[in-house]
Amino acid sequence: MSALTVKTVLTSDRPVLDASADVQISIRDLDVHYGANHAVRDVTFDVPRQAVTALIGPSGCGKSTVLRSINRMNDLIPSARVEGEIRYHGVNINDPAIDPVIVRRNIGMVFQKPNPFPKSIYDNVAWGAKINGHKGNMDELVESCLRRAAIWEEVKDKLKESGLSLSGGQQQRLCIARALANDPDVILMDEPASALDPISTLKIEDLMRELARNYTIVVVTHNMQQAARVSDRTVFFSLNDQRQGVLIEAGATADMFTNPRDQRTEDYITGRFG
Amino acid sequence: MSAMSGGADSVATDLLDSTPMRGRVRRARLFLILLYAAAAFTVGALGVLIGTTLIDGWRYLSLDLITNLPSRRPEAAGLYVALWGTVMVIGLTVLFAFPIGVGAAIYLEEYGPKNRLTKLLQLNISNLAGVPSIVYGLLGLGIFAVWFGLGRSLITGALTMALLILPIIIIAAQEALKAVPPSLREAAYGLGATKWQTTWHHVLPSAVPGILTGTILAVSRAIGETAPLLVAGASAFLLFKPTGLDSNYTVLPMQIYNWTSRPQQEFQDLAAAGIIVLLAVLLLMNSVAIIIRQRYSRKLRG
Repeated sequence: MSALTVKTVLTSDRPVLDASADVQISIRDLDVHYGANHAVRDVTFDVPRQAVTALIGPSGCGKSTVLRSINRMNDLIPSARVEGEIRYHGVNINDPAIDPVIVRRNIGMVFQKPNPFPKSIYDNVAWGAKINGHKGNMDELVESCLRRAAIWEEVKDKLKESGLSLSGGQQQRLCIARALANDPDVILMDEPASALDPISTLKIEDLMRELARNYTIVVVTHNMQQAARVSDRTVFFSLNDQRQGVLIEAGATADMFTNPRDQRTEDYITGRFG
Repeated sequence: MSAMSGGADSVATDLLDSTPMRGRVRRARLFLILLYAAAAFTVGALGVLIGTTLIDGWRYLSLDLITNLPSRRPEAAGLYVALWGTVMVIGLTVLFAFPIGVGAAIYLEEYGPKNRLTKLLQLNISNLAGVPSIVYGLLGLGIFAVWFGLGRSLITGALTMALLILPIIIIAAQEALKAVPPSLREAAYGLGATKWQTTWHHVLPSAVPGILTGTILAVSRAIGETAPLLVAGASAFLLFKPTGLDSNYTVLPMQIYNWTSRPQQEFQDLAAAGIIVLLAVLLLMNSVAIIIRQRYSRKLRG
């Protein structure tokens, strides 16, 4: 897919960050319902290209729901209904006419709990490429993905062993390598380090910084320090009085942590609630 | 006591004193004894059954038993025809019931919408698992033997048996599919896999051990069934093994039933030997499933 210059059209008066910057994904007026439950209301923000965007906020504020809308994972939940526009390469991928399978081939995902396939380390990485019709040298692809996920040195002598034999932190990096094998341009990460120990967490964070040179990364995190450490942009969500997830503030991470515009953001990042 | 010896010492005394725990410990022990008793009763009953069968039948256990044709003389009578009948009927039954059963389970769990129709289907499948087997015999007689014109043939028997075990396989396969963690499906979908790729490459292999356990139970049920085949047309006395799908046939439980209904003690003992052969065939057939299951669970554990 050729990199289209995405012209940001402001369809809402909500705060939009950097409308002039190189935007990878622009989300406009996103609403998500689970049955009768209006979980996310009227969310609008942009995801800059080749940078880390952190989605933060208290539990239940819909940040994971927003993340899962970006690669149509909410389609798997029968009661979920997603409304609004998610523009990616100029296309509204939330359009029912768009096949979610194609979306997910371009927008990879890493989950909260490491979930490697019960297959060999090699097959974990190769499978996605295989089903998507990869034509080149598979051995080279597997090695380069494992290298980019900073796990090659640890697994190069045991590629035939099960992915489940690795430690939690290694499993998560294997899952990142697996996502890279599809050659996505966006990687979504849903609290990728919350199930890991501090050392493994640090490795994942370093990796996120490294990957942001070539990939657009959107990460949901509960950990404010983590958002401050790894992200270029931060989007803060909270609940309104009807307990719907709403976007409070979005901006450059450095600004937001030093000089939050909204009182609720300040309360959250200083640890007064959440 | 605490007033006399001060704070720390009273804590120590309380820690050392097991009086308040005594009731709980006793209850735990009692429960354990009950569990042992239940297990011992089950295993004991099975042991007595197999033991008396072995004592009665061991005299007739020889190669002749499985190579001889049926006969009026107990010393010459064998299970050759019935053994072949059982192996062929059960083999065909699994061939029909396994793919259809697993396919139905995949549809219901992975593809089918969760609406009133599928709920009704689900309820009916559960009910069918509880229908007496002789009803399946009548169904087989009516549909396969008469309506399809297949007669009292091997294929009628196998199709009837397949109907009988289909609900068991469907329910077991559904449970096995339900037990596959959603995170595995998400991992595959997240890589841009289609529903079929996700199901075929990941969900189904993870469910194989559970599906095979259900199949073992179903085959064990089918191999011992006499009533449906009695109705659907197994022969009582046959001097040749089945040669094709349209052959007449008999099965081991039919032969055993035939022997037990004779007055001579020799035939009673022969029936006991027949039961041992039946158990051996059951174990042999199930061992295939058990070996595949072990290989898959080892692979999945990693």
